[in-house]
Order: sequence, then structure tokens, then C-alpha cells
Amino acid sequence: MYSFDYKRPSSLDEATQMLRNSDDGHVLAGGHTLLPTLKQRLASASDLVDLAGIEELKGISSADGVVTIGAMTTHSEVAASSEVQNAIPALADLAGGIGDPQVRNKGTIGGSISNNDPAADYPAALVGLNATVNTTSRSISADNFFTGMFETALGDGEIVTSVSFPVPHSAAYCKFPNPASRYAIVGVFVARGSDGVRVAVTGAGASVFRAREIEAVLNQGFSASSVADIQVSDEGLNEDIHASAEYRAHLITVMTKRAVDKANG
Amino acid sequence: MSVTVSMIVNGKSVSAEVDPRTLLVDFLRVDQRLTGTHVGCDTSQCGACVVHVNGKSVKSCTMLAAQADGAEVATIESLAIDGQLHPMQEAFRQNHGLQCGFCTPGMIMSALDLVNVNSNPSEREIREWLEGNLCRCTGYHNIVKSIQAGAEAMSEV
Amino acid sequence: MSDTGIGASVRRKEDLRFVQGAGKYTDDMNLVDQVHAYILRSPHAHAAVRSIDTSAARAGEGVVAVFTSEDMAEVGGIPCGWQVHSKDGSAMAEPKHPVLAEGKVRHVGDPVAVVLAESRTQARDAAESIFVDYDVLDAVVDMQAAVTDGATSVHDDVGTNVCYDWGLGDKDAVDEAFSNAHHVSRLDLVNNRLIPNAIEPRCAIGDYDQATGQFTLHTTSQNPHVIRLLMGAFVLGLPEHKLRIHAPDVGGGFGSKIFHYAEEIIVTWAAGQINRPVKWTADRSESFQSDAHGRDHVTTVELAMDADGKFLALRASTLANMGAYLSTFAPCVPTYLHGTLLAGQYSTPVIYCEVKAVFTNTVPVDAYRGAGRPEATYLLERIVQVAADDMGMDATDIRRRNFIQPSEFPYQTPVALIYDTGNYEASLDKALENSDYAGFGNRKAASKEAGKLRGIGISSYIEACGIAPSNVVGSLGARAGLYEAATVRVNPTGSVSVMTGSHSHGQGHETTFAQVVSEKLGIDFDSIDIVHGDTDRVPFGMGTYGSRSIAVGGTAIVNAIDKVVAKGKKIAAHLLETSESDIEFENGQFVVPGTDKAKAFGEIALAAYVPHHYPLEELEPGLEETAFYDPKNFTFPAGTYVCEVEVDPDTGTVEIASFHATDDFGVVINPMIVEGQVHGGLVQGIGQALLEGCNYDDTGQLLSGSYMDYTMPRATDVPSFSVDTTVTECTHNPLGVKGCGEAGAIGAPPAVINAVLNALSEVGVTNLDMPATPHRVWQAIRDAQAS
Repeated sequence: MYSFDYKRPSSLDEATQMLRNSDDGHVLAGGHTLLPTLKQRLASASDLVDLAGIEELKGISSADGVVTIGAMTTHSEVAASSEVQNAIPALADLAGGIGDPQVRNKGTIGGSISNNDPAADYPAALVGLNATVNTTSRSISADNFFTGMFETALGDGEIVTSVSFPVPHSAAYCKFPNPASRYAIVGVFVARGSDGVRVAVTGAGASVFRAREIEAVLNQGFSASSVADIQVSDEGLNEDIHASAEYRAHLITVMTKRAVDKANG
Repeated sequence: MSVTVSMIVNGKSVSAEVDPRTLLVDFLRVDQRLTGTHVGCDTSQCGACVVHVNGKSVKSCTMLAAQADGAEVATIESLAIDGQLHPMQEAFRQNHGLQCGFCTPGMIMSALDLVNVNSNPSEREIREWLEGNLCRCTGYHNIVKSIQAGAEAMSEV
Repeated sequence: MSDTGIGASVRRKEDLRFVQGAGKYTDDMNLVDQVHAYILRSPHAHAAVRSIDTSAARAGEGVVAVFTSEDMAEVGGIPCGWQVHSKDGSAMAEPKHPVLAEGKVRHVGDPVAVVLAESRTQARDAAESIFVDYDVLDAVVDMQAAVTDGATSVHDDVGTNVCYDWGLGDKDAVDEAFSNAHHVSRLDLVNNRLIPNAIEPRCAIGDYDQATGQFTLHTTSQNPHVIRLLMGAFVLGLPEHKLRIHAPDVGGGFGSKIFHYAEEIIVTWAAGQINRPVKWTADRSESFQSDAHGRDHVTTVELAMDADGKFLALRASTLANMGAYLSTFAPCVPTYLHGTLLAGQYSTPVIYCEVKAVFTNTVPVDAYRGAGRPEATYLLERIVQVAADDMGMDATDIRRRNFIQPSEFPYQTPVALIYDTGNYEASLDKALENSDYAGFGNRKAASKEAGKLRGIGISSYIEACGIAPSNVVGSLGARAGLYEAATVRVNPTGSVSVMTGSHSHGQGHETTFAQVVSEKLGIDFDSIDIVHGDTDRVPFGMGTYGSRSIAVGGTAIVNAIDKVVAKGKKIAAHLLETSESDIEFENGQFVVPGTDKAKAFGEIALAAYVPHHYPLEELEPGLEETAFYDPKNFTFPAGTYVCEVEVDPDTGTVEIASFHATDDFGVVINPMIVEGQVHGGLVQGIGQALLEGCNYDDTGQLLSGSYMDYTMPRATDVPSFSVDTTVTECTHNPLGVKGCGEAGAIGAPPAVINAVLNALSEVGVTNLDMPATPHRVWQAIRDAQAS
């Protein structure tokens, strides 16, 4: 790692101030992407502002058909939360399948979505569930939050405080993991809510995206057989040593079918 | 630039001035001379460095010592009491759950966290829990057996 | 059988420290006043080094010294331990392997400069300020391209990229048999490059004592004496009595810690330069670029048969990747550890094998668990399956028809080896029974119901352990002997310390060897300690690799024990006032049969060290004996593996449904440990077959350079195993043992791939290279459907 100063604010205001006053300050949440990146010297920071001491960023609440998860809530806390399990079991399931138990004990929802790794799981849940990202300065719909590979709508010094998920009628997430890293080669989150079906795909493209043609057929009939004949275009999809674009396109259909079956119980 | 970190390691209060870059694993291995916690990779995957922070298993290579300020940390060295092995350690020994021993401390610390959340895990649940612990020697067969036996022994205590 | 003797599943001595985190691995050591080394490595696969500017680095905070090859002009190149000769009799090309790059870098990760600083971070910080002016050259990556005319040379002084062009067997006889064959089966295959990945990264600490001139290297090695000989005699010119190599607890090796590495030389030499200890520990990313890789063969194999499926001849032609430099034992792996194994378990009358070893701009390739034998077994057990399919025969029938029969041992193969013993049908039968081979059809039907493709695969492997004898391997190009040494030191009060040249890095020698000693001397298991891994403590030994430790190292211990017992009889005879020929040694007692005269082992030990009543005029005091054992022959473990897989045709995912192994390891000292060795080997074999693929791009960049992209087998990737044994005892060592360390990694890959292809035959797929990843399997299904 290149050298940095470590700071641990106890309030959001203090954190925002620290970021503003730094040359190149980074927010440290669970650290499970940032620290490995710093260790490999692929990134540097003048200051790391650790959000762990800010109480208001923690916790899960549920009211009026919306589940709100504090940004510093860990994946294992989401997975184990009875509130999440009851309201949106697909979300608890997704959180329980991120990385490994130790990653889940440290990694946070705020950190994951702020980083927007193209193969991360959470972005699919946010877009699939039409969630709202709450920050220190505003609320942003998930559709507008994830803007590109490792890019989000967050401005300088803006910190994610929580994510609000409307409770769907039914939902499910199916992931085909990269055999080595276990990130998603393709992950598909399907949700049936009051405004229809949403299908969000992670791992396949530069950033999470909605598979609109699949949404259209699932709105006609929410069953795996509806998707059976859909051939997703491989244009613009990721290619690497683990999967071609063509294979990823195929897996989108397969994972969607499995997710729909799972959602239908 | 340095930061002061204070924490309880294996029941003992410790405090030190460290470079903010100091990883928890280096703090434990170098500053505290607790060399039972190992480093096997630099991408947070092998799990040789697993310790407990505030009762939960974490990868100490992916955590700054500063992040553990004020925390309670437990390493493999905390388990045996007066030379008496912890039931999970004994289970690894009885079931040949280790060969070279390098991944073993991380495996055992991870296994103990599993038993904390699931006192009677199935083979499948054990294998899934070990997602973040690599072993190159045992083929996992006897590690799975060890954890099953260890969990059983712990429930009898 | 005692509960701690031969045949008992004794719990391991070493585990008490390991389960408590009290093992002492090299990186756990920190010497007073030590500095840390960071090695600047080449980011290019192939480049000329125009200049290196280290001035900024030298001025870096905490920096003690910066060295490049110019500073190491007196230091020799890293030697190769085996010289292979080509078909035409010429010696292999053996270009210099410099410790730090001299004028050129030849693979990504090739060491260029070293920075010594007070902390590891400071050393790394400073290394980033070294400016290396590279002139990037075309990289030689693909082996086929490397051997075509006009290819860029990895080594200018070699001119081509061919290291050697070797052959074994009677080519004319093979060609004739092929021309008369009823059927010829043919297969092109790749044996994929693997990265060993012992979980403990390599580490080396050099230390120098100016007052005595003594150098010490603490290192992660499987064979400390080999390192001492190579580094002392060939690289640094240090006399061996002034050089100690210490390999403490080592966290797995699998071959990758046999070899003599640049970092060991750098820290030892640098410690002498600055008169302070120098420590280097690899990051995992560095391990990927600097530990010798394994396998990497491209092969064409043909099998000639008569109308009944009887093998008439085998012909194999292989390109074997050496990487950029010759690692310590690299040349012997595709030749004497590969070509000689091509008879397998079969009585194929004539065999011809040729191997072209190729330099490329990749990390050096050397022995990795199995070393040559997995490659031989894979090509053979794959072509046998293809032959069975071609001939419309069952996989078991074709094997039975061609097995060497128990009555034929000792059996001279057409590829130099003489098998001493075996019963191949016995292990096949047991494996079939354990796996319910007969019930496969029902299971396949059930899988089909669930939309899955089920397949079954067999592999009947043979391996050769304890490569020997020294005079023969010497004539084949080995530059070292291949014996093992042991000293059995009986302490005055009867406890025993055994100093062995074998090295334990997971194998459990401290337990297994103690069982042998306990059995042979009839003394308490807990009063025996096995000492290894320190050239100042153990006699000159060759270390642990090639599944040799029990067969060679164990026999050396037995021979030393025999000498102890022989001397003990002389002492006992004196004390019991009888003649030596009247004394027998049984159950820890020297007795005169038929009388009540007896002396316990401990009494004899005490008499030897307190020789008040002792035949001093005939016999030296003390009770300590050393034996060097040079085996008469290899040992030949063999067995049959049955693998069943289920393929998800929608995703290409292969799941191992069951795996049954039956091995003949001869006499088993500790069944628990042997089973553990098999489990680990199987998972490395399954890893090769399904998961692990080392990928370079066209420019020689390592794409699978971390666990993010190199698939290590995890607990969810593999099942629990069924492991069983049959026994034919090795005929030429006193324990009747054969060795068990590599069998799993040797036998598993073809069993898995045969099973996968058996499953995929339903959808028209006929061939597939390892690793059979989901993507590859899906693509194969798709291609088969398209054609």
C-alpha cells in the first residue's frame, strides 16, 4: 500500500468534512474491495475515512412495504436479518451468497454499491427491486445510480447512507459464479412488483443492466417457459478467460429461467 | 504518520503505534508475535489469516489494524487452555484434518464461527462455509469430517 | 499389530503444534537486525534490458542496498540438475539461468533487481523508483510456434527454441506393428499447465556470521541438502561446511519447493554483502510468476491393436514446455519420468515415445505432484478409452485383455522399466465393486430424468516412485545420486532420535517414520523423535519428492536400525556372557531363546554410553548408526480409479457424483495418513481435470495470475471420496512399501475426463481438453450440436 492517513469520524458530517479537506480521500467501509486494491498498489489514497464509527449508517428497518438497510450493514447481517428474510427473502439469499463468510462479515451494502464492480451481486438486487439509494445529499433511483463500470452517480464527498427496497410480490436471484473468484459471471435478479416484472443482470456487461426484452415476456406470463426461447444478444457483453460473450448471453437466459422458477417457489 | 491502536488480543490488552497501513495480520504476526495466523494470498481468498474480531471470523489480511481499534481479537493461539486442546483442535487431530498445517489455523477459526451460527452443520453446509478457506493438501475430505466431529464434541460440552 | 506400529492409524505427532498455530514456518522467523528484500520483476515476457537506473532507489527512505546483475558478477548461474541427450546423441541446450537478469528478461516475473530496506514497504516503495529501460521483443508463448522455422529465440546463444529432441523405444518395431495393425486409435491432447500453489508462499532468509564465516539459509525447501550442494558448489562458491540450509516447517510443496530458486541465492549472497540477515517472502502474486509451474505438454498418441483389442504398439509424440530457463529437474520430467511410464499396466509389446522440449517466454516448468507420470497416465488412459470406444468394447474389458498378469512379474517393459510386482486386475475388480459399476445404467437413467448427463470413467494408472538406482540415473543424465540417508541415534536412556534426509512438509514423517522405528526397535512411540530439514543436524540426504520418502528414506532408517540391533546384540552377548549368535532381538528385548536371559533395549543403550561392563577392546562405545540406502529399483504403486460425473447441459457444469479409488501401495504404515495423501492427490488431479488452467496471452502476460483467475479447488468443488487398497508387497525393500504421495494426482485426471466424455457422448462430443470448465463443456456441446 502507498501511505495514507487513517481517520475514523463519529458522524456523517465529520466524515463529509474529512473527505472535503483531503487531497484524495477515500471512504473505507468494509474494505473488501478497497484494501486488496490498495495492497496491490492499483490505487492510492491520501486519507482513508473509516465509516465504522458512525452509528446512523447501521441497521435494518421495515415500514410501509419498504425495507431500508443502512449503508454499513454487512452482508451477513442482511442475510441473517429476519426482517429481510420475511419481506424480501431473495435479498437475504443474495447477501448470503456474496463472497465467503469472512467477506460477508466485513463487506457492506454501501461499500459494494459505491464500488459498482461489474460482477458484484448487490447492484442486481437494487436494480431488480427498483430500490432507492439514499446519500448524504439526495435519493437516487437504482436505475440512475449505476452509471458504468466501477462508476456511480455519487459526487465527490457524497456518501451512501442507506438503501430502500420496496417489497416485491416475489423475487429471486440466481448466480453463475466465476469458478475462480466466485464473483458473478452472470447473475440475474428477477422481481415481480406492483409496476410489473424487472430483470436485472450483473456480471455480463460493463455494469448492471435491465434485460427489457425478458421483462416484456415475463410481464406476459411469469414462468420459466416464457423465457425458454429467448436468445439474448451477446453484443457488448464481457469476455474473459472464463466466459465468452456468447456463453454469458446464454447464461442470462438460463439464470433467468432458474430465478423465475425459484421466485415461483 | 502513525496511529495508535489498542485492542484486546486473546484476552490481553495491547496497544501500539503503527503505520496506518499496518494490516491486522501483520500487527498480530509481527508486533504481537502471534505467528499462528498465516498469510497465503494477497486477494483475500485463501483464509489462512482468519481470526475472530468481536466474535466473528474475518480475514485479517483484509483489515487494517486501525480498524480493529477497540475490538476483541481472538487467534488460534487462544484456543488451547493449559495445553488442553479445544474440541475443534482435537477433532482436526483425530480426523487427520490437516497435513502441512499452514491453512489449519484459519480453517479452525473459520469452523468455530460456523459452529457459532450453526451448531449441527451438514456436510453441504460445511463445504459451503469453507468457500473462503483454501487447502492444497487434504482435498477437504478430512477437514469436513473434522468440523463435523468438532461441532458434535462442542455440543456435548 | 501394536497400536503405534506398522499398520496403525496413529494420530500425528506434528499435529499438536499445527492445530495450536505453533508450527514454525520460515516466515515466522525474524532475525535480529534483519532487512527486507523486495525483488523487482520484469513486467515483460521478453525484452532487452538497455539500462537500469537505481539511483533514486538507493536514496529511498530506509534503503540499505540495491543490487542488479552487475553487482553479482562473481555469482554463477542457477544450475540444472539433469542433462538429457537428444536422439542424435547431442547434449541438451543449457543456456545460462542468471540470478538477476543479464541484458535480457525472458518471462514476466523474471528477477531484475533487488532492494534491501529496513521494512518490506520501504523496499517496495524504493523498487518503484528503479527505472529499467526495456526494449520489448516478440514473446515466444505457443510451443508449436516456438519450434517453427524463423521463430524468435528465447535464448540468442541457443539459436532455436528446442532444448532437446529425445526419443525412447524401438521406433522401427513400432512403425512395423502399426503397419500391420487391425485398427489404430489416435488422439491429440493437451496436458494443461498448472501452478502448484502450496498455500505457504516461498520464503528465504539469509544470514551471515562474519566472525565464523558461516552462512545460513532458512528456506521453504523440500530438500535442504540439494540446495546446499547446488548453491554452495555451483552458484556462490561457498564451502559446504560453512553453509547451513534450514527448512523448518514447510507449508506444502508438491514439487514446487524442490528447486533451487534465485531468491535463495539473493538473500544468502546479500547477507554476506551487508553483514545483516536478509528476508524475502513471496506475495501470492509473486508466487504465480516465480514458482516453477507444472505439466504443459501437447501430445499426439496412437495405439495399434489387433482385431480383439489386444495392444500391438503405442506411439507418442510430445512437445514439452520448459519455460524460459531450465529449472532444477525440468529436463527429466517429460523424459525419464514420462516416456518410461508409457507401458502403464499393459503388456504392449513395443512403444516409441519422442519428446521435444521447448523454451518459451513463460515461467520455468518443472516437477509438480506426479511429474511426468500424470502426463504419461493421462495420454495412455485417454487413448485406451478412445480405443475401447473405437472397438466397441467396454472400458474394463479392453483393460483386462491387456493387463500384465501377476505371473509375468518381474516384467520388463519396452520402455526401460522393470516392474517388480503388481496385481492390476485385483484393484480393478475392487474399484468396480466399490463403485457399483454394474449399477451405472440405473443411475444414468435417473440423471436423465433430472435433465442431467451422467458419465462414468476409469483410469488404471501406474506410477514409479523412488527414482533409482544412482548409477543408472547417472547414466541417464542425473547430476546427483538418488539415495537417502538416516542416522539412528539411541540416547543413553533409550530414547531415539532419527535424523533423516527426507523432508516432511505435510506428509507426516514425524509420525510414520516413528511408527517404523517403534515397530523395529519395540520401543515406545513417544520416545522417538524424527529430525529433518537442517543440514547441520541430518546426514547428507536427497529430500522428499517423487513419493520416495517411505520407500527410500524409510529403508535407510530400517537399515540404520539393523546396524543398531547388530551392535546391540554384540553388547548384549557380552553382558549376558554368551556368544553373539545366540542373541535374538524381539519386542524390544535382546534375548537368548529358550532361556530367561534377556536385556531390555534401554539397558543396552545405557551400557553403550556408560561402558563400565563393555567389550571396549572389540567394540566402540555409543549406539548410533548411519545408513545410506540406494534403491535397486523404482517402486511401482498402481491402482484403478472410477469417477462418475453429472453434467448440467444448460451451463456446462460438471459435478463429481462419486469417486472411488483403489490403490496398491504395498505395505501401508499408517492407513489414516495414506488415505489423506490419496484425498489430496485426487483433488489436485480433479483440479487439473476440471478447474485449473494457467493462461498466457499472446504477449506472454499471465492472465491467471491470482486466485481471482486461477481456479483453486474449493471444498464445494469436490465430493467426499471412497478410498480402498489392495496389496502386493514391493519385492526389493525391507518394508515392502511403494509410496503413495502422488497417486491421486496421477490417476485422477483421465478418470474424470473419461467420465465427462462418457456423459457427453450422448450429445455427440468426442473430445475435450482439460480443464473441462463449464464454459468449455458448454462450448463443446454447442459445437457438437452445430456440426
